Amino acid sequence: MGVSPALPLMLHPLTGLRNMAQEDTNVIDQPEVMKPRMVSIEISGKKYDVPEGITVIKALWYTGQEVVRGAGCLGGFCGACATYYRTKDDPKVRTCLACQMAVQDGMSFTIMPPFPARKATYDIQTLKDPKQDLFNLYPEAPLCRNCNACTEACPQKIDVREGVWKAVFGDFKSVSEMFMDCVMCGMCTPVCIADIAPNLVALYVSRAQGAHFTEKPLGLDVRIKEIQDGRFNDEWKKILAMNEKELADHCATVK
Amino acid sequence: MDIHALQQIVHKTRDARRKQTIPKFSPADRDQLIHKYHPDYRASAYRPIRFGPNIDEKTVVELATLLEGNSLIQDDVDLTPDYTTDVLVIGGGGAGCAAALHAHGAGAKVMLATKLRLGDSNSVMAQGGMQISVAPEDSPVTHFLDTLKGGHMHNDHDLLKAMVDDGPAIAKWLIELGVLFDRQADGNLHVKKGGGSSKPRLLTCSDYTGLEIMRVLKDEVLNQKIQLLEFCAAVELLSDENGQCSGAIFKDLDNHRFVVVAAKSVILATGGIGRLHIQGFPTSNHYGATGDGLCLSYRMGAKLAHIDTFQYHPSGAVFPEQLVGQLVTEGIRSEGGHLVNAKGERFVNELDTRDVVSSSIIRECEEGRGIRTMSGRVGVWLDTPLLDVEHGPGTVEKHFPAMLMQFDRFGIDISKDPVLIYPTLHYQNGGVKIDTNSETNVKNLFVAGEASGGLHGRNRLMGNSLLDLMVFGKRSGLTAAGRAGSMKQGKLTVQHLQRFRADAKKHGNLSNVISPMVLPAYTRKES
Repeated sequence: MGVSPALPLMLHPLTGLRNMAQEDTNVIDQPEVMKPRMVSIEISGKKYDVPEGITVIKALWYTGQEVVRGAGCLGGFCGACATYYRTKDDPKVRTCLACQMAVQDGMSFTIMPPFPARKATYDIQTLKDPKQDLFNLYPEAPLCRNCNACTEACPQKIDVREGVWKAVFGDFKSVSEMFMDCVMCGMCTPVCIADIAPNLVALYVSRAQGAHFTEKPLGLDVRIKEIQDGRFNDEWKKILAMNEKELADHCATVK
Repeated sequence: MDIHALQQIVHKTRDARRKQTIPKFSPADRDQLIHKYHPDYRASAYRPIRFGPNIDEKTVVELATLLEGNSLIQDDVDLTPDYTTDVLVIGGGGAGCAAALHAHGAGAKVMLATKLRLGDSNSVMAQGGMQISVAPEDSPVTHFLDTLKGGHMHNDHDLLKAMVDDGPAIAKWLIELGVLFDRQADGNLHVKKGGGSSKPRLLTCSDYTGLEIMRVLKDEVLNQKIQLLEFCAAVELLSDENGQCSGAIFKDLDNHRFVVVAAKSVILATGGIGRLHIQGFPTSNHYGATGDGLCLSYRMGAKLAHIDTFQYHPSGAVFPEQLVGQLVTEGIRSEGGHLVNAKGERFVNELDTRDVVSSSIIRECEEGRGIRTMSGRVGVWLDTPLLDVEHGPGTVEKHFPAMLMQFDRFGIDISKDPVLIYPTLHYQNGGVKIDTNSETNVKNLFVAGEASGGLHGRNRLMGNSLLDLMVFGKRSGLTAAGRAGSMKQGKLTVQHLQRFRADAKKHGNLSNVISPMVLPAYTRKES
């Protein structure tokens, strides 16, 4: 069904041909695509040869693996494909999102299995003192020992350690801004020696910031009331009574 | 040539382009452009559906084959329920979470099933924002007219009015749950202008709008302890003796067993079809976007609407190869980013509707004014550095952190260099036909979100999808929950399947595939 983009090579989608009318100078160099070099990698400890430069997730498909867990949005937003990897001869184990990382020779990687972190449950709207409640919901949050492993583990480059401290000191606004990039991959959690799940702490803090410490947008309430009070009813009546032609003409006047 | 050498023309022509205004096409020119270049008008990609509720109507070959596909389920399947619930929501994206939360809030017993994890969806990737008419100079009526115009007047008026009227209350609900929309200095919601809209109307959370909403909704589903069935793919619906929907059968993707769920109503929120790679297009869609809900509903006898029209988002990445098909948010164009061909010229008003912009990009490339890559792709430049020039250094970094990071991973700084883009398969404009309660012509079968059809006409406006999800998720959830108290659980049968198979036989048999597809076949079989 369709074209498998596991190794994408798509000609012009409409003509099925390359456009020969163009000057040949108008082509971007991609030597790695023209002459795919096979590189040796290790997936969960097993050796494979795959074309250089394909993404980590495509390397899984290329090597014949069925992927159910470990793939989600394929666009770098959902955190399903959180992966540990190491490059050739480097002892440092790093993290990435498998859909956003190209393989290179000598790379070794494993997709992170779901980590059993504890998520606190709460009713965000009825919290009485959200800044204090943090310590009831996540009593481990103030126990951070400053090792900075969480920050190093974050594929989104969030200063996670700093965020945990800011949460504990009640600077919810800064936390909510810092963690806007968080894809909830959870890579910060298994490395924490104090058993904090920083992404879950930040999620609570961000929601509390939005629900309790952000100004209410007054204009929104005005608009809701206008709709309830039928302020637009006459205009609706006029528009919904129009025939197709009248409506099209009317639409054309909206600029 | 080196990419930087080819990018020079964009830098060189920037100042001259800034002084230009490109008028929008006249309606006649627009129609001519779309008919000539939009993939929806490529006749050879289409064929009539041979049987079922939309018999003889045309759709793309890939979808027609799946709609005519066979079910995994046989007549003698054991239908002893493993679970019984009031409302069964299938799909864990925006519409699914909204439906589950509202049904639960209304007191119904709810189960949410999804073939991947809770939250895995296209919703999480929505970057551009959510259209809601909150600005004083705007109104739901203007929102209605803009959307109608964008949909080429084919939108269902009742659905559209419901959506625009419900919008502001949805914003309030999300804010109360803790969603952090961007604000103006006075605390009111900041609104951005989107393609095809006459007024600024996009609520945003920088370029993470969908992610922010989904983080909150997912968390709320967990906090409300809504029963979840993850990694279970719906493979068939169930019907009672009157053909009304009464549950669904799932395949557990871990142990491959069938799971039978009896439900008083079913809400399908299964999303779109990008992973069918219609016409060979790459896609911006998530891993599970295989149109499952369309196949399931179709076999039940639900009528589909506008299934011959798809949205090809103008700006899918073309380079680097690893990002092919992934979205470059329309927000860049909303903030004034130019589209530039190989000669350094603008060729379309960047804020025209998506179908117009996509068609014009395809025209530029077909007529030899595109930039090619060695892998055989072609595209035009999106002048991202212009934003920093126009609005001050740091603009791209501040407003588009997601996109900055996405390209930075491959050594490309979009605040300094333009990016190469070409249309990518993004959205199914149509889907299962619904009424204003989000119900199909099959009683107790609801469809919400991208899987549903009618609302967007033949082209969805930017930012209307997130609102669609929330509004019809809510309406389906509330209607289904409201009904649960006064009705009995229907019998569990697959009689609709027997009818469907008999109908197929009359018209020359089922296609040779099992549907729904569940996941795309990317795994390489041969070495």
